Amino acid sequence: MMDLLFFPWQLFVIFVGLTAVIAFIALNGLLLVYLDRKVGGFIQRRVGPYEVGPHGILQPVADGLKLLGKQIFTPKGADPVLYWLAPMISITPAIVVFIAIPFGPNLQVINTNVGLILILAFTGINVLALCLGGWASQNKYALLGAARDIAQSVAYEIPLLLSVLPIIFMTGTFNLFDITSGQGAWPWQWYILYQPVAFLIFFVCILAETNRSPFDLPEGESELTAGFHTDYSGMAFALFFLAEYAYMVIGSCLIATIFLGGFQGPIVSGAWWFLAKVYILLLIMIWIRWTFPRLRFDQLLNVCWKWMIPIAVLNLLVTLAVISL
Amino acid sequence: MITKTFSATFRGLYSLLVGLGVTRNNLFRSSVTVHYPRETTYLEGFRGPVELSPSEDDPEKPKCNACGNCVRICPSACLYMKATKPKKKEAEEDTSFDGQTTEENKTEKSSKKSKPELQSFVLDFTYCSQCGLCVQNCPVGSLRFSHDVFLAGFSRDEFVFDLLAKLKKQAQQKEQ
Repeated sequence: MMDLLFFPWQLFVIFVGLTAVIAFIALNGLLLVYLDRKVGGFIQRRVGPYEVGPHGILQPVADGLKLLGKQIFTPKGADPVLYWLAPMISITPAIVVFIAIPFGPNLQVINTNVGLILILAFTGINVLALCLGGWASQNKYALLGAARDIAQSVAYEIPLLLSVLPIIFMTGTFNLFDITSGQGAWPWQWYILYQPVAFLIFFVCILAETNRSPFDLPEGESELTAGFHTDYSGMAFALFFLAEYAYMVIGSCLIATIFLGGFQGPIVSGAWWFLAKVYILLLIMIWIRWTFPRLRFDQLLNVCWKWMIPIAVLNLLVTLAVISL
Repeated sequence: MITKTFSATFRGLYSLLVGLGVTRNNLFRSSVTVHYPRETTYLEGFRGPVELSPSEDDPEKPKCNACGNCVRICPSACLYMKATKPKKKEAEEDTSFDGQTTEENKTEKSSKKSKPELQSFVLDFTYCSQCGLCVQNCPVGSLRFSHDVFLAGFSRDEFVFDLLAKLKKQAQQKEQ
């Protein structure tokens, strides 16, 4: 009995939770790679991956195995420490961030009252990782990609935060579980109806923050070979890749939690509603990727500084006025 | 000025929705590509190496009348043709030399009148740029593009085709 009392339950929960989160990220990565390629194929009226497994369902596994088997190689002139640190810095915050997300009524690793801040702060570290990766690989394309990524991420962080603020003022909390509970089960009780403008701005900013098309300038294939990860191969590249998809999932989780009622849904609330919402959002992201061409860099920053930020500020002011009335 | 900017922006936003509609429609349409090793398709307009097309009465003989237009027009000079000289000319020469015309000679003259016999027709495909001038300029439509997509070989010599032999082989294959 004494042993059980002194057993570090909190640590145990975090440990199990982190393991589950890593498994979740890896599975999501596999599924999203497949979905991305398959949907892209269908939109372009091809069949997409088809050879490995029935309807190519094992293609991401085969790709992963190939990346695992590749030689670990440091390019000539690359910084030996920073070069290998960058992919690790990229993936670690992605894993940490998931512990604060409420997947279901009883499915959250840590219910902390700074959940939203934790997520937004940790996802910001990814910029550092891409910057280090681009800098350390001693490659002009990588450096250009990193420079673009910094300009883009710094710019889009502002409207991202500005569009979350109205929700925080409405609910008075940073706790993601409380934000979810504040919304009802039915769609007309979700915050997307109270804050449609904030939702749109947030969605676009998430696209830009995760370097998804049409904002994929840091890795623009046509002009920068592969952008910041030009020199990376094997598992280092796989980590960057996994992190990118993990951040997509995090973005969708945030949108689902803040604007779409989280795990609450009609009839029976639970993790399935959360996952359904997240996957619908991810599919929309994939759909957008295969529809729009990449923006030019000045257009990208113009959209942010001339439209997103003023509209977000206006939205915030209007919300504050309404709340204070 | 302000209204112009705003209307342009809203038109732009609307065009984004239109674009999403286009991709959504295509998402649910059937695919237009072919699973290559399992499925193949007839490639219309595919230009394989040129070949001779058979004449109507004898599938082993080409329509070719050995005029030599193709050999002359070929910019890569990759067609080689050998033909007997027109018989009529020979016959005339015969008469001029001998000065005597028998009945036998006369009948021969009329039957083999001015039609040269094709003896060999060789295409060196390694030089051919498949411009199609020979096909366009054949007065009797004897040359055409083949449709063999799977042409492959291990040496240069395999791409020097004897077109008459090829035509014979095709005719025999058809009979079987």
